[in-house]
Formats: sequence, structure tokens, C-alpha cells
Amino acid sequence: MLGYALRRVLSAIPIALIAVSVCFFILRLAPGGPFDGERALPPLVLANLRAHYSLDQPLVVQYFIYIWRLLHGDLGPSMVIEGFSVSRLIAIGFPFTLTLALTAFVIATAIGLLAGMVAAVNQNKWPDYVLVLAVMIGVIIPNFLMAALLQLWFGVHLGWFPAGGWVTGSWMHLVLPVTVLAWPHAARISRLMRGSMIEILGTNYVRTARSKGLGERLVLARHAIKPALIPVVSYLGPGLSYLLTGSLAVEQIFGLPGIGKYFVTAALNRDYGIVLGTTILYMFIILALNLIVDLVYAWLDPKVRYR
Amino acid sequence: MAGITGKDAVLTDYANRLATLEAPKGRSLTQDALRRLSNNKAAVVSIVVLALIVIIAFVGPYFVPWTYSQVDWTAIRKPPDFDKGHFFGTDQNGRDMLARVLQGTQMSLIVAGVATVVSVAIGVVYGAVAGYFGGRVDAVMMRIVDIMYALPYILFVIILVVMFGRNPVLLFVGIGAIEWLTMARIVRGQTLTLKEKEFVEAARAGGAKPWTIITRHIVPNLTGPVVIYATLTVPEIIIAESFLSYLGLGVQEPQTSLGTLISFGAPVAEVLPWMLMAPAGVLITMLLCLTYIGDGLRDALDPKDR
Repeated sequence: MLGYALRRVLSAIPIALIAVSVCFFILRLAPGGPFDGERALPPLVLANLRAHYSLDQPLVVQYFIYIWRLLHGDLGPSMVIEGFSVSRLIAIGFPFTLTLALTAFVIATAIGLLAGMVAAVNQNKWPDYVLVLAVMIGVIIPNFLMAALLQLWFGVHLGWFPAGGWVTGSWMHLVLPVTVLAWPHAARISRLMRGSMIEILGTNYVRTARSKGLGERLVLARHAIKPALIPVVSYLGPGLSYLLTGSLAVEQIFGLPGIGKYFVTAALNRDYGIVLGTTILYMFIILALNLIVDLVYAWLDPKVRYR
Repeated sequence: MAGITGKDAVLTDYANRLATLEAPKGRSLTQDALRRLSNNKAAVVSIVVLALIVIIAFVGPYFVPWTYSQVDWTAIRKPPDFDKGHFFGTDQNGRDMLARVLQGTQMSLIVAGVATVVSVAIGVVYGAVAGYFGGRVDAVMMRIVDIMYALPYILFVIILVVMFGRNPVLLFVGIGAIEWLTMARIVRGQTLTLKEKEFVEAARAGGAKPWTIITRHIVPNLTGPVVIYATLTVPEIIIAESFLSYLGLGVQEPQTSLGTLISFGAPVAEVLPWMLMAPAGVLITMLLCLTYIGDGLRDALDPKDR
């Protein structure tokens, strides 16, 4: 187990390095730069600016400078917002994004598991049909449209929750964004849970448990729920990274002060520092989540370790 | 001489009936799949509705009295008005919403079509090559897929679109170039089992080159999973495109797409509801149909999965 874990962690390092390089070169090879404003800068100012951010060096030198800094945990300066380092920006924006995504993750997973179980136990009765409908809505309606509809109905029409914006510490402002973010995730989880639960309820050992006189509640609690969770567990990792990227969109739509707002603006301004920094941060999170999922899997299933 | 089991008599009888065309015909796998698909009411209705949407989106503009960029100065921000021919009302610039929705649907369909073709083409070839050659080639190729999986997808598309300009072609290619990853994985998995089959062995023994084996023997046998997955890719691409357009990174004015229309309609939907209802309705209907078609195809082509 330890050997497998070590191998897996070591193999993630070159992947991370290559991915960073890909991002770096794609960004730098694209036309346009952070200093192409509406008004052209005087050549001397431009040259000084470029020298300050070492943009005047050959690309390969810039690359090594960047990697060297990255290894020291420095993501470099923002090239558009003056006196602002990328790390500071991430420190400001990322906790919010993480809170939003994790809140949605916890709520959605809990609701999804519960709904999937209820639907599986009541297969082809009304709770099942209600769930199928809710899942369909969650999977089909894109998040920006869902956001618009919820803003209109609960924000403007009924006036229950604020339709957008952010006041520090007000959970009311989080209700609609979290709903938008959590719905599709809950839908997928409940669909997985329903499917695997129905399969488990049809197995022989569940029949044995029933035939020896266990109550339905005990059958579920002792025999059915645990094995039914396995396919759901494998979705949790990708699901969380999905929520983290999805939260960029939701922040943009609801005007929340997470990292998503900065990212889109930075991409439009060609602020290499911020775009690269954010992308790398997300990449590391996704790689780490994949790693954790793999390790959990290897722990659950010894066959995986020797592949 | 008739055998003891009477097998010859049965076979002779069958041959005679075949000659007079009375025998029951065999069914091919495709026919089986089509029959199962046509028994699935939701899928059939979805196919019809989707076909109607496609036809109307491409033929409709010729029958609408207004074009998508034409401004009607007498009707700005007006609800549906049948006398003037604004069946879905007009937007803030006095442009006919029906014409704009038709053009937007067209754009979304074209993006989805081209990006799907791009992603299927790359994914199938890549996956089949990796799976067929196996070993070190496979390891390297799949590592590359792993790396690309680690890139945050939507960030990557935003970067592509922003950096290289808002060019619809780039939008197609950018979205397609990312959607192929899952396809490559599925195809590789299938190829790994297919290449051990006897018919591939026979082709190799007959001296066929690897490329011939891949294109002639392996790819045709991948049709089922590829078709299923491609149908499921289309709605994802439509959502990605409309999201980019929603952020203002998609197609440019006066051209439009469903996402752009929704992004303009959403903020004013309280006072001008028709501006949101029409594009949102079309988008949801399309996605719903595609989902049902995908599910129907999966049940039809892969019955063991039910």
C-alpha cells in the first residue's frame, strides 16, 4: 500500500510539471499582451514595463524564471493591477470560492444520497417520479440559465433572497448561488445512488437478510447502504473539482467576490500572472483530488495496487 | 441419405423455403437496434422534435418577414405583435426576436455539430491507436490524456477564446479539442478487448498493416459506444458554447447564439419576459431531446447495460 501510494505520488509530479509548462507556453504564444491598452504607451515606458516583468527576455528564460519562482511558492506579480501579487489575490478570492464550493458539495451530497435511497426504496412510486423530474431539471438546465430563473423567481418576484451581490457574513446571499451550484451535483449523486441501491436490493444477500426476518430498516442500514455507496464515492472526487470550476461561473453571475470574478477579468486583460496562477492552482487541486480518489480506491480494492 | 437426427431434412426444407422467399429473414444487429429504438416512445418523440428544430432553424429564416440584424424603428422592446410579423416580440434594438432565436439556434447547432465531429475524430483515432499498439505507446498517450484532464476545462476554453480572438471557428476547435478526452478513453478500453479477438488475429495473419486493421476492423466495431457517447457530448458542447456566449466570449454581434440571447434576456426578463422565454425554451427543449435520444440509443445499442 505504501509503495503504491509513493509510486502514485511520484508519478503525479511530472504530470503537474508538464501541465504547468503547457499552460505557460499556450498563454505566451498567444498574440497580445497585458500592456496593449486602448491608448498606446510611450515606447520607453513600455520597454521599462516589459523589463520589469522580464517580458523582454527570451521565452525559455522567462519560463525558467517562472518555474524557479513557482518552486519557491511565488506565483509572481499581477501585470495589470499594480502592486498586487497573484498569491495575495488568491488569498483574497480563493477562501470564498472554496467555502462556496464546499458548502454546495456537502449539502448536495447529503441531499443526493438521501433522495437516491428514498427513490430506490420506493421504485416506480411517486417519490421516484419526483426525483426523476428533479434530476432531469438539474442535469439539463445549464447553470447560468438556472441562475437567471432563480434570480427572477426567488430574488425579484417573491423577494425571499437577494438576487445577487455580497454582504460579508450574510448567508441569505449564498442561498441562490449554492442552490444553482448544488442542484446538478445532487442530481448526479442521487442518480448514481438510486441505480446502485436498486442493484444491491436485488442481490441474494439482501434476500437472505430479509428472509431471516430482519426489518426493512435494518436490512437497509446493515446490508444495503454501505455497498451501494461505492460508485458514489468514486464520483465525489471529480464532482468536487466540477463544483470548484463551476463556482467560477456562479460567482461571475451572482457578482460574488470569489476568484472567478478576477479570473475572467484577468483573461480579458491578458494578465498572464493571474490567469496562469489561477489555472495552476486549479490544476493542482484537480490532481490532488484524483490522487486521493486513487488512493482511497487502492485502499478499498487491493487488486488496483498491483496493476 | 437422411441422418438419424433428421437435421438434413430440416436444412433441406429451410433451403427450399429460402429459395421461394418464405423463410423468416434474419435480423442484423442494426435492425435489432433500430427496432428497440423505435419502441422507445420518448426517444422517437425526441428525434422528431429535434429534427423539427433543426429544419426550422435552417429553413425558417427564409419565411420570417424580418432578418436577425434588421432594426424595426417602430417596434422597440415590444411584446409579440402578429400584425407586424414580430411573432416573438422585439429586443431593445427593435430586432425581431423570432429571427434572432432562429439564427441563435442555427449557431448553437453548427457549433455543436462541428465540435462533436472534431472531438469524435480525434478521440476515436487517438484511442484506437493507443489501445491497438499498447505497451509504451499506450502508456505515453494515456499519460498525455491524464495531463489534459488535469487542466481545468472551462478555464482552458476561456483562455483559448480570449487569447486567440473571438473567432467562431476557434470556438468549435477549442471546445472540440477538449471534449475528445473521454472519447479517447472509452475507445481505448474497447480497442484493448477488440484487438484480442479472432478476426483481428486473422487479419494480422493475412498480412494486413496496423493502420488497415485499425480502420477496417477495429473502428467499425466501435460504432456502438462512439455513437452513444457522441450523442451525450452534443448537449455538453451546447452548454459550453452558450456559457461562453453568456460570458460575452462567444459569437459576435449582430450574430447571436442561444447563450448570448439568454444573457441579454435574463437581466430584463422582469419587464420583457419574451426576451428570455423564447431562447431559454428552445435551449431546454433541445437539451431535453438530446438527453432522451442519448438514453434511447444507449438502451438500443447496448441492451446488456439496461
